[in-house]
Amino acid sequence: MANGVLLSAGNIDVMVHGLFKYSFFGHEVWITTTHVCLLLVMLILIGFSVAAGQTMKQGKEIPGGFQNLVELIVEKLDSMVAGSMGKSAAKYRNYIGTVFIFILVSNISGLLGLRPPTADYGVTFPLGLITFVLIHINQFRYQKPKDIWRDMCSPLPPWLPIWFPINIISELAVPVSLSLRLFANVLSGTIMMTLIYGILGWIATVWPAALHVYFDLFSGAIQTYVFCMLTMTFISNAIGEEA
Amino acid sequence: MDFNENFILGCSAIGAGLAVIAGIGPGVGQGIAAGHAAAAVGRNPGAKSEITSTMIMGQAVAETTGLYGLLVAVLLLFVKPLLW
Repeated sequence: MANGVLLSAGNIDVMVHGLFKYSFFGHEVWITTTHVCLLLVMLILIGFSVAAGQTMKQGKEIPGGFQNLVELIVEKLDSMVAGSMGKSAAKYRNYIGTVFIFILVSNISGLLGLRPPTADYGVTFPLGLITFVLIHINQFRYQKPKDIWRDMCSPLPPWLPIWFPINIISELAVPVSLSLRLFANVLSGTIMMTLIYGILGWIATVWPAALHVYFDLFSGAIQTYVFCMLTMTFISNAIGEEA
Repeated sequence: MDFNENFILGCSAIGAGLAVIAGIGPGVGQGIAAGHAAAAVGRNPGAKSEITSTMIMGQAVAETTGLYGLLVAVLLLFVKPLLW
């Protein structure tokens, strides 16, 4: 069914496609384009990590070239985590660094002609869920149950839990809004670029490069930063002042 | 009256256009945040990097409401839930 001006203007196509399906314990499971793009991103990251590991094994006292780059990345990520998590940074810099590099490479993989894997809600929602689980594990590990209860009844005194359900809803909204923010930003960039290439046709030859810089590089990097900063802020709020 | 698919698609397109009006709010909010950040940098140029990161965080949170509008528009245009 190809009615509508948009669909007749060319091959405008922003959706995820199923490539082939198989049966998984009676369910119909699809391998989609997201899986393929995710695998390619993983291959890029694995290749980079192996190269970085080999370089650092024969690390020199005075770093040159590639070793400089790897050290720069690790130092920047470490200082970002240390700047916003304080004392508990040592425990989380591995996780935050991994997530940062993964989301960044996923977001800017639109430059390589892939459909960015983060433009699929099935990729960003698990990331939000991991943040949610980390928040609540830390909350129960570092705070007393009495304090958690007082927080959950927060604007009113603890013996009057009228606000408790509302606070539960706002806690549940955290992973949803985190993942939807990342998803919608990357998806909007993908849609814009697809519309430009699809509608303008041959007019869109060289100058969309500037738009790629904005929609893929700038927006992707900002959203990566925001996702990691929000995750760190939530986790360090849950840890509280004891850590 | 008989509502065919094209009528529903047209109404979906109008609804998508209306949903994107949600972008006004974040635009105003982000502008206010950026203006105050510029004023803060003017008052205290030493704290520029911290002000910038705080501003980006606040703007990203303010952006969410606009993105929900965008999401509704995208769902109406591409997923077409009203045709199911």
